[in-house]
Amino acid sequence: MLLRDGGLVKTRRFARPKYVGDPINAIRIFNDKEADELLVLDITASKDRREPTYSLIEQFAGECFMPLSYGGGIRSVEQARRLFALGVEKVCLQTAALEDPMLVTRIAEAFGAQAVLVSVDVKHGWLGRRRLYAAATGRMLRQPWLEQMQLLVAAGAGEVVLNAVDRDGMMQGMDLDLIREASRAVSVPLIAVGGVGSVVHIKEAIAAGASAVAAGAFFVFQGPHRAVLITYPRSEDLAKVLTAD
Amino acid sequence: MPNLSIGNFSSVLRMVQKVGGSARLMDTAVEVPKADKIILAGVGAFDRGVASLHEGRWVHPLGEAALQRKVPVLGICLGMQLMCKTSEEGQLPGLGWIDAEVKRFDAAGDAHVKIPHMGWNTVRVCKPNPLIPNDGEEQRFYFVHSYYALCRGDADVLATAHHGCEFAAALSHGNIYGVQFHPEKSHRFGMALIKNFLEL
Repeated sequence: MLLRDGGLVKTRRFARPKYVGDPINAIRIFNDKEADELLVLDITASKDRREPTYSLIEQFAGECFMPLSYGGGIRSVEQARRLFALGVEKVCLQTAALEDPMLVTRIAEAFGAQAVLVSVDVKHGWLGRRRLYAAATGRMLRQPWLEQMQLLVAAGAGEVVLNAVDRDGMMQGMDLDLIREASRAVSVPLIAVGGVGSVVHIKEAIAAGASAVAAGAFFVFQGPHRAVLITYPRSEDLAKVLTAD
Repeated sequence: MPNLSIGNFSSVLRMVQKVGGSARLMDTAVEVPKADKIILAGVGAFDRGVASLHEGRWVHPLGEAALQRKVPVLGICLGMQLMCKTSEEGQLPGLGWIDAEVKRFDAAGDAHVKIPHMGWNTVRVCKPNPLIPNDGEEQRFYFVHSYYALCRGDADVLATAHHGCEFAAALSHGNIYGVQFHPEKSHRFGMALIKNFLEL
C-alpha cells in the first residue's frame, strides 16, 4: 500500500499516483481477504524530509489483523523504536539507509534483523543497464545496485524488498532476470515487487528465486480500465497455482 | 487486559470487538477482580515483562483471578511466557501458573533455522480443546519469537509447531491458556481463536 497525504495511491513506474481509496478501509478489506502481510510505504515522507505520520500508523496497526511493515521517512533508531511501540512488526528503509548503511545496523542490533527490511529500487538507464534508483529524489545513483543491496544485507537487513521500477503498476509480469540475479547474491529472504498482474506472475517470480512476492496494482485494480476494486486471491487458489507443475 | 508497558494492545482489543466481544485495558490492578476473562499480552524481554508485572502490583490479583477464582486467562506471546516458571532469557521468576521453562531456540547445526522464528506457520493440535479446532482444516498463525515454552508434562501442550524442532505453540492448564503466536495478527484463524476464548 502506497500512502500519499494520508490517502492510498497506486503509481505507474513510480509516477502518476492515482488515488485508490482510504487506507483504513483498504486494511479492513485486506483483513477480510486474509492477506499474509501488509507493507505500507509513505512515498512522500523522505522526499519532503518528513517524519512518519505516527498517529495514522498507530491506527493502521490497530486495524491490521496481519503483520504490518512500514516504510517512509525513517531516519533514526528512535523513530524505529516509536513505530515498533505503536504495533508495527517491521520497518522498511531506503533513503536514510543509502546515505548511512549503519542505520540498518543500529536498528538491527536494537530490535533484531527480522525487524528491518531494506527497499532496493532498480530502474533501466538510457543504455538499458540496470541502475540503482533513489525513490525520494527520482535520481539514478552511481553505486551498482547489486553491490549496494549486498552492502545493506551485510549491514544487518533481515529481508530485501526489490522493486523493478519499470514494471511498477504495469501488471505485465515481473523482471525475472533481475530476481534471478538478486536472489543468487543474497542469503536473506528476497521479496520481489513490480509487475504482478496475475497469480502466474507470482509463480514465475518464486521459480526465479524470490522468497515472497508483493503487489499493489494487482490487488487494487480490476479489469482493463483499472477500476478500483480491492481483491486478494484465496489462499487455496494461490496454493493450487503455486504448487502446480 | 492489564495495561503493561510491554507492547501495544490495540489490535488485540480491536479483534475482540470484531468478533463481537468487549475488552478494555485495565490501568490498575484494582480492576482485576471485576474481570470475567483476562488476556495477558506482551512482547519483548522476559525480565522486563516480569518487572512490569511487579511495578504495577499485578502479580497477586492476577494470581488470585487465575488460580482461585479460575477465570479463563489467555496469554499471548511474552504474556504466555510470563505464565511459565522461568526463562533462559532472564533471571527473574515468572508467574509459575504453568509448569514450564522458557528455552531459546537452538539453531546450531542448521542454517535453515533462523532465529527469531518469524512468519506464518501451521500448528498441530495435540489434545481436544475449546480454542483451536482439530477438524482437519489447516490452522495457520503468525509467530515472532526467539524463545519457546518447554512444558514439564505433555498434558499441558495444546498444539505444537515446527521450527528446527517441535515446540509448544499453545498451552493449557485448566482455565489457563497460552499461545506463542499472535492471534491478533493471524486474521481468520486468530479471530476464531479469540471468539472461542470469549465463549469459554
